[in-house]
Amino acid sequence: MKIRSFDVVQVGESWEEVIEGPISRHTLGLYAHASGDCNPLHLDSDYARHAGMPDVFAHGMLSMAYLARVLTNWVDQRAMRQMSVRFMAITQLGDVIYCNARVVDKFIRDGEKCVALELTTRNQLGQSKLNGQAVVALA
Amino acid sequence: MVFDTAHIGTELTPFAVDVDRDRLCSFAKATGQTDPVYFDEAAAQAAGHRSIPVPPTFLFCLEMVAPNPMEIFERLGIDYARVLHGEQHFVYHQLAYAGEKLNFRPRIIDIYEKKAGALTFLVWETRVESENREAVADLKSVMVVRNQLSGDQA
Repeated sequence: MKIRSFDVVQVGESWEEVIEGPISRHTLGLYAHASGDCNPLHLDSDYARHAGMPDVFAHGMLSMAYLARVLTNWVDQRAMRQMSVRFMAITQLGDVIYCNARVVDKFIRDGEKCVALELTTRNQLGQSKLNGQAVVALA
Repeated sequence: MVFDTAHIGTELTPFAVDVDRDRLCSFAKATGQTDPVYFDEAAAQAAGHRSIPVPPTFLFCLEMVAPNPMEIFERLGIDYARVLHGEQHFVYHQLAYAGEKLNFRPRIIDIYEKKAGALTFLVWETRVESENREAVADLKSVMVVRNQLSGDQA
């Protein structure tokens, strides 16, 4: 059972990184099937090029799912209150994705002890792909 | 291309989805999830869950189980090949689980342009409720429509 005490969590601490990839066409196929998002931009290279892209590329929500694991690896999902992400740049085939969460604030909200985290994903070149925030409630 | 902002506030067709356990297992595998809570019923129950939980981003995936997931794009006359996902937001009220029925109510809440019309932003919110009409989550999606592609004619 994952127990993270509000008193012990420190502003500035990072939760354990999740690393995935390199993203392959197989990765995208599996995610398309499992998520139901079979947008050909992620599966069909000819379609992607016709739409002005160099090739198929990763679903933004695949990276958001990876980011969610950074949180649920650390706290029980029942503690999650919010999660938001902005898709800054496309995650390409071959990218390795480094997913991080860092505590940026601690506060009380609606009678709950909450922790706010900054979320980021970067690829192997240090290029920022996703950024966002999450709020979790701790005991 | 200019989209009709009269669509702001439009409620899209509500729909219900049965959360399928096998899909949750597939999703766990496809997203590198190794915590057995997310694909093993016994492990989920041992952790105090009713069944396998719907993971944090999967409610967005379930929006695509709608009878017509392209409804919003068709209503606005948007070419789906031009659409990129800009932002995704979740506010969580309670977990949902495999075997449960969830109700989705989407609504267009904003349409605006940037870069002198080169980009149109489309925003919708979706209220997700349990079969008992209890709040499960509120989702907000921002899609970016690229009105000009490199291959377009002037």
